[in-house]
Parts: sequence; structure tokens; C-alpha cells
Amino acid sequence: MRKRIQAGVSVFFILMMLHATLTVRAQEEQPTDDEVNAIAKKLYCPVCENTPLDVCGTQACIDWRTEIRLKLSAGWSEDQIIQYFVDQHGAQVLPEPPAEGFNLLVYILPLVIFLAGILVLVQALRTWRKPVEEESTTAQEVGDPYMSRMEEELRKRQEDV
Amino acid sequence: MTDQTMQNQEAQSGARGWGVFIAWALIIGILALLAFGLLEANRGPMRIGEPAPDFVLHTFDGDQIDTSTLRGQVILVNVWASWCTTCVYEAEDLEKAYQMYRDQGVVFLGVDWSDTETKALEYLQHYGITYLNGPDLGGRIYKDYRIKGVPETFIIGPDGLLSSMQIGAYASLDEIVRSIEVALDS
Repeated sequence: MRKRIQAGVSVFFILMMLHATLTVRAQEEQPTDDEVNAIAKKLYCPVCENTPLDVCGTQACIDWRTEIRLKLSAGWSEDQIIQYFVDQHGAQVLPEPPAEGFNLLVYILPLVIFLAGILVLVQALRTWRKPVEEESTTAQEVGDPYMSRMEEELRKRQEDV
Repeated sequence: MTDQTMQNQEAQSGARGWGVFIAWALIIGILALLAFGLLEANRGPMRIGEPAPDFVLHTFDGDQIDTSTLRGQVILVNVWASWCTTCVYEAEDLEKAYQMYRDQGVVFLGVDWSDTETKALEYLQHYGITYLNGPDLGGRIYKDYRIKGVPETFIIGPDGLLSSMQIGAYASLDEIVRSIEVALDS
């Protein structure tokens, strides 16, 4: 009888220890708020524009954060979770549009505009300088005898001085 | 002025002409893009009589419904979300309307926007909704129907044109019935 009681007590303690170990492990596997928010801050609220998911208080965002937590618990990586949200809700959940397709214009156009601006500036600078050169060459090439004598006289005077 | 100088000047003016042409083409292209973007953003809600955009709904049950194959039938498209507080006002009335019209060839489709599947399924179960429902994958339906918030409901006539639309929740079952009857009569 005593042996049976001892065996029963032993089984009870073993079960208790097993339960405690499993509980601790389960708690360790739960993602922390920081881990959830690290991903949430890379996504944007679907309801309030321009509000990152980690600071948004709407029910939609709370549900999305819960979804992130569940995915993390299931072993999903950050990239997988973000891609899941893009597939489900569209690229507007991202802070900036992905550089593909029509969105490429967002990245290319500023550069094109900048280069076009430089081109226009260079052209404008050339145009501003040209008339001066043209005037001086024209005066020499016109061959007006009166102007030539005037210039000759001026040159001589400058040399004398 | 020598021939060489004249040729140089002609070449320079030709290059300048091309430069000006490219610059103008760029400016016009950018302005056209901006105008297109602004027009798209400010098109406002859909209008009655406008062709309703076709879409494929991937239901929570794993089926696919292509609205282009439902021509000749009246389709009610209800866009909702489980977190939407006003969606609940019409949830049970929509189910009642579905039960009334399911045998008359009226198709009810629920489009769940910006939601999680877990919450969406809980919502459907809670309000006893049995018609086809699925997520708006990639937010395409929301964009195509120029929706500004949930709930919004669109009733598409047998001809594929928008028969009526409800921005916000229906106030009563009668409102839903009246809208469906208009579409059936068209």
C-alpha cells in the first residue's frame, strides 16, 4: 500500500515538473511586443493614412499586430510576414512603393528632372555668353573703315599712355 | 564669316533644337502623368449606370468566383471589415435579404477589406452570414470600385452596369430589398 502511495506521489511530482517545463517553454516561444513592433513599424495602417502600424490604436491595427504575433509564433520570418501583408492588402501597406513596374517612375523621374535641369542651365549659360563674343567678332569682321580707324587711334593712344 | 563657322553654327542650332524638343517632351510627359494621377485620385465614387469592374473573389472556403461569368444575374457586392463598427448594423439584414433572394438568381458576395482571416471568420459566424465571402486580395476591388471606407454596397444589374450603391450601412432590410428589386426590374 505504502509503495503504491509512493509511486502515485512520484508520478504526481513528475507530471507537475513536466507541466512547469512545458509552460516555461511555451512562454519563451511567445514573441515579445518589441519583436512584434519591429515588424509593425515597417507596415502602415490601412484605415488612418500615414500612420505606422506600431503606433496606431485602431481595431484594424490591433488585429494586424495580433496577426503578426501569430505568424511569428508559427515561425515566419520578417520578410515572409511583410510579403504576406503586401499580398493580402496591397503595396500601400509599405512605407514606400516597391521599385518595380509603374512605381519605377517614382525613383527615376527625380533623377531625370535633375539632369534635365542641369542641361537647361548649361544651355542658358552658353546663350548668355555667346552674344558678347558675337558682338566683338562682328565689329572686327564688318570692316567698316571709320570703325577701323577709330579702333586704331584708340589702340595707339593706349600704347602712348 | 567662313563656311566652317556657318556649318558649326548650324550643327549647334540643330543640337539645341533637339535638346529643346526633348526637354519639352519630358515636361509634357511629366505634366500628363501628374494630371492622370490627379484625375485618378479625384474621380469620386462610382456612378449609377457605370460598368461595374469585374473581379475574382477568392472565398474563405477556397472557391473562386469570377463576376464576369455572372452576367445576366443581379450581384450584390458588400464591402465590409470585422473591425468596422457600422458594418454590424446591416450584417443580419444582408443575410436575411440573401435568404429571400438566393433562389431568384441574385448573387451575394461579401468582400472583406483590410482584415485578418481569423477575425473575419469570427464575424461571419457571429452574424450567421452564409453567402460567399472572401478577402479583397491586394486591395484591388477597393481601388477598382473607388471605395472610400467600409461598409459600401454595390448592386450590379444583369447587364453588368451599376444599378445602385450604398455608402455606409443600409438602415433597414426594406432598403436592401428595394435596391435589389430595382436591379431585378432593369
